[in-house]
Amino acid sequence: MSTTTKKVTVTAVAVGLGLVALSACGSESAGSGGKDDSKSVTLVSHDSFNVSKDVLKEFEKQSGYKVNVLKDGDAGAAVNKAILSKDNPQGDVFFGVDNTLLSRALDNGLFQSYEAKGLDQVNSQFRVDQGKHRVTPVDSGDICVNYDKKYFADKKLAPPKSFEDLTKPAYRDLLVTENVATSSPGLGFLLGTAAQYGDGGWQGYWKKLKANGVKVVDGWEQAYNEEFSGSAGGKKAKGDRPLVVSYASSPPVEVLYAKPQPKEAPTGVATGTCFRQVEYAGLLSNAKNEKGGKALLDFLISTKFQDDMPLNMFVNPVRENAELPELFVKHGVTIDKPETMAPKKIADNREQWVKSWTSLVLK
Amino acid sequence: MDLARTEVGKSRKGRKGRKGLSRGSAARLGLMAVPVAFFAVFFAYPVAAIVARGLKVGGEWQFGRIADVLAQSDVRHVLWFTTWQALASTALTLLIALPGAYVFARFEFRGKQILRAVVTVPFVLPTVVVGTAFLALLGRGGLLDEMWGVRLDTTVWAILLAHVFFNYAVVVRTVGGLWSQLDPRQEEAARMLGASRWTAWRTVTLPALGPAVAAASLMVFLFTFTSFGVVQILGGPAYSTLEVEIYRQTAQLLDLSTAAVLTIVQFAAVGMILAVHAWTVRRRETALKLVDASAVARRPRGAGQWTLLAGVMVTIAVLILLPLGVLIERSLSGPGGYGFTYYKELTSADGGAFLVPPIDAVWNSLQYALAATAIALVIGGLAAAALTRKAGRLVRGFDALLMLPLGVSAVTVGFGFLITLDKPPLDLRSTWILVPLAQALVGVPFVVRTMLPVLRAVDGRLREAAAVLGASPLRAWREVDLPMVRRALLIAAGFAFAVSLGEFGATVFIARPDNPTLPVAVARLLGRAGELNYGQAMALSTILMVVCAVSLLLLERLRTDRTTGEF
Repeated sequence: MSTTTKKVTVTAVAVGLGLVALSACGSESAGSGGKDDSKSVTLVSHDSFNVSKDVLKEFEKQSGYKVNVLKDGDAGAAVNKAILSKDNPQGDVFFGVDNTLLSRALDNGLFQSYEAKGLDQVNSQFRVDQGKHRVTPVDSGDICVNYDKKYFADKKLAPPKSFEDLTKPAYRDLLVTENVATSSPGLGFLLGTAAQYGDGGWQGYWKKLKANGVKVVDGWEQAYNEEFSGSAGGKKAKGDRPLVVSYASSPPVEVLYAKPQPKEAPTGVATGTCFRQVEYAGLLSNAKNEKGGKALLDFLISTKFQDDMPLNMFVNPVRENAELPELFVKHGVTIDKPETMAPKKIADNREQWVKSWTSLVLK
Repeated sequence: MDLARTEVGKSRKGRKGRKGLSRGSAARLGLMAVPVAFFAVFFAYPVAAIVARGLKVGGEWQFGRIADVLAQSDVRHVLWFTTWQALASTALTLLIALPGAYVFARFEFRGKQILRAVVTVPFVLPTVVVGTAFLALLGRGGLLDEMWGVRLDTTVWAILLAHVFFNYAVVVRTVGGLWSQLDPRQEEAARMLGASRWTAWRTVTLPALGPAVAAASLMVFLFTFTSFGVVQILGGPAYSTLEVEIYRQTAQLLDLSTAAVLTIVQFAAVGMILAVHAWTVRRRETALKLVDASAVARRPRGAGQWTLLAGVMVTIAVLILLPLGVLIERSLSGPGGYGFTYYKELTSADGGAFLVPPIDAVWNSLQYALAATAIALVIGGLAAAALTRKAGRLVRGFDALLMLPLGVSAVTVGFGFLITLDKPPLDLRSTWILVPLAQALVGVPFVVRTMLPVLRAVDGRLREAAAVLGASPLRAWREVDLPMVRRALLIAAGFAFAVSLGEFGATVFIARPDNPTLPVAVARLLGRAGELNYGQAMALSTILMVVCAVSLLLLERLRTDRTTGEF
C-alpha cells in the first residue's frame, strides 16, 4: 500500500513540476512567437467569421504570411474585448464591428488609418470614415422578419410584408423577437423601427406590437431554434411562432445545411421589415505586424474573398463586381429598401433607446 | 538497523515540543504558499484589475458609483430575485436530493455505479443545451403540457427545477460520499440503547453529516446565486440574476463601472455566505469513524426501504434521465427518420463553423480537462492539507478565499485574464495553458470541499501517534491521511474533471478558435441557422454527455478496485 501512496505522491509532484515547466514553455513560445511576427498575421473576429480553406491558403502563398484566425465570441463581446485589450492587442486586424457598434470602436481609438487597396471598387454607400480610413467595409447583411412558409400556406394567410403588418390582428401572437439589450438582431430590429417611425414614433409602434402579442426571448439561438416554427431546430422543438427576427440570408442557410437539400427554402423574408447591418474591418492600433495587417485588409475586399464570403458567412459582398453564388440568388432575397441609420446617430441614442425599450416592452 | 536509528533520531527531534510546533506551522505555510501564489496570480490579480478598470477614473477611485448603482430600483430588484431564487433552489435541491444521497450511500443495487455517473452528467452539460432539453419537457407541447396542460416555461418553477437537475449530483456526491463511510454501528448502538430510529439518526448521523450537508448546500447556493444560462433561457428576459446583469453590462454594454459595482456586490454577498458557512462548519467539526463504503452498503430490506429506492429511481428518471433522453432523441432524429447523419457530419470540416472538424473538440476538451484536473488536484490538495489542522484566523480566511472563484462571474475572470495575463513574465494569453488555468480555478474549490471534511474527520491522534513514533509531518500525512482520503481524492478528481469539461463562461472567452472545447463548439453550432448545424449541436452535446458519463464511470470503477480492503 505504501508503494501506491508513494506513487500517488510522486505523480502529484511530477504533475506539479510538469505544469510549472509547461507554463514556462508556454510563455517562452509566446515570446518566440514575437520574432515570427513578420511572417504571421493574426485576424481577430467573432464566431461567425469564416473563409474557404483554399482561398485563405492562396492568400498565404501569395503574401508569404501565415494567417492566424482568432474567433472571439459573439460580435458585441468580440468588439468589447478588442477595445479592452487595445494597448496590447491579440492580433493585427479586427474584423466584425458593425454599424451599431462602430462609433464605440472609433471613439475608443481601436483602429489606425489605412486605405485598403481596392476600396474604390467598394459600393460607395458603405464607405464611411472617408477622411481617416480607420475602417474598411467588408460585408453587409439585412436583419429581417422571417416567416414559416408552411404555416401561412396551411392557414391560407398572406405572410406579413411590412412593420405595419406585424401590428395587425391577423398576425396576433405570431412574432418572436430578441431582447435588444443582449442580442444584435434584436437591436437591429429596434433600430429598423426607429428608422421607420422616427425618434418620436417608435415607442408607439412597439406599444402596438406588444398589444399584438410579440414574444421576447434573450438570444437569437433561442428565438430561432426553439420558438420559430419554420427552422429545423424550431420544428424539432415544436416551436409555435411562425414569425421570427433573423436575417435575410437565413432561408438559404436552411437549404445549404439540410440533407438532402430541399428544392425550396422552408422560410421566407418579410422584405419591408429589414435593417441593414454593415460589417467593417480595421488595422488595430498597436498591431505588431502592421505590414501583414495591411495586406490582410486588402485581401478582405479582394474579389477572391468577396466571392467566397456569401456561402461562408451568409452576408452580401460590398464589392460592386462581386458575384453572388447561385444558391444565394435562388433562395435569398435582395432587399431593395432596407432601413439604415448613421453610426453616429446610433451611438448617440443606443443606450437611451435600449433603456426605454426595456421598460416599455419587458415590464 | 539503519532504519531504526533514523527513526529514533527523528522521534527525539519530535519530542522537543516548541521546535516541533514551529516546524509544523512552517510546513503549513509551505503547503499554503503554492495555492496562495496561484490564487493571487490567476484570480485576485485579474479580477482586481478588471474591477479597477471600471471604478478608477484618471487614477482616482470612484467609490461613489457604488451608492449610485445600488440606488437604482432595477439593480435592487435583480439583487432580490437573485437571493430568493437561490434560497428556494437550494431548499428544493436538498429536499429532492438528500433521499438520493442516502440511497446511493447505504443501498447496494444493480446499476448503482452507472446511475451515480449519470446523475453527475447534467452538472457538466452546457446550460444552453440543458435549457433546450428542459424547454422540451416543461414548455409548449412538452410532456407536462400534453399530460395535464401545464406549461412552466418563463416561470420561476422552470428555473428552480432546472437548478435541481443541475445540482442533484452535488448533494448526492458530497453528502453521499461521507454518508457511505459513516459507521452505521454507531447509529445501531444508539438504537440498542433505546433511541427511536429518528432520534438515533438525528443525534448520531445528522451531526456527523452536518459539515457535508453544509458544504453541499453552500455549493448549491453559490451555483444558483450565480446562475446564468438557466435563468436566461428558462426565465426569459424578465428574470435576471446578478451574474446575468454583470454579463450584460460587461460583454454587451461595456459599462465597466456598473459591472464593477455589481461584481463587488456579488463578491460581498458570496463572502458573507462563506463566512456563515465557515462558522457553522467549525461548530460541528468532529472526528468521525470512517469505514469502507462497500462494507456498509447492502441490499434494501423491507417494504419501506424498497419504496424509498423506487421513489429515488422515479425522481432520477423524471428529473434527470428524461431531459437527457430528449437530447439524444434530437441528435438521432434526422430528416429521413432516425440515424447517425449528424454524428457523421461532425467529422467533416466543411460545415463552416470551425477551422477543424467539430469532432476534434472532443479531444481538445479531454486534454484541457485533464490538465485542469491535475492543476486543481495539486493546488486543491495542498490547500486542503494545509487547512486540515486546527487553524487560526488567517488560515480560516484562506479557506474562504479558495471558494471565492465559484462566486465570481466567469465573464469577470475572463476579461480579467484578457487584460492582465498579456505581458511578460505572464504572457499567457496566446498559450493553451490559459484554458486549463481558468477551469482549474473552478475545480479547486471542489477538491478542497470534497477532501476537507474527510481530512478533518481523520482522528488527529493517529497523526500524533505517528509523530510520536518519529514520522515527519509529511510522512504522517502520507501514512495516515492519504490512505484514508484517497477515496475523497478520486471523487474530487472526478468533480474537477467534470466541471472542467463543462466549463463554458470563462473558456469561451479564452479558448482558441482552432481548439474549441465541446461546450464552446456546441454554442457555436447553435449560433448558426440550418438543420445540420442544429443537429450537430445536439450530437456534440450527446457526445459530451457520454464522454462525461464514461469518465465518471471509470472513476467509480477505479475507486472500488483500489479501496477494496484498504480501510
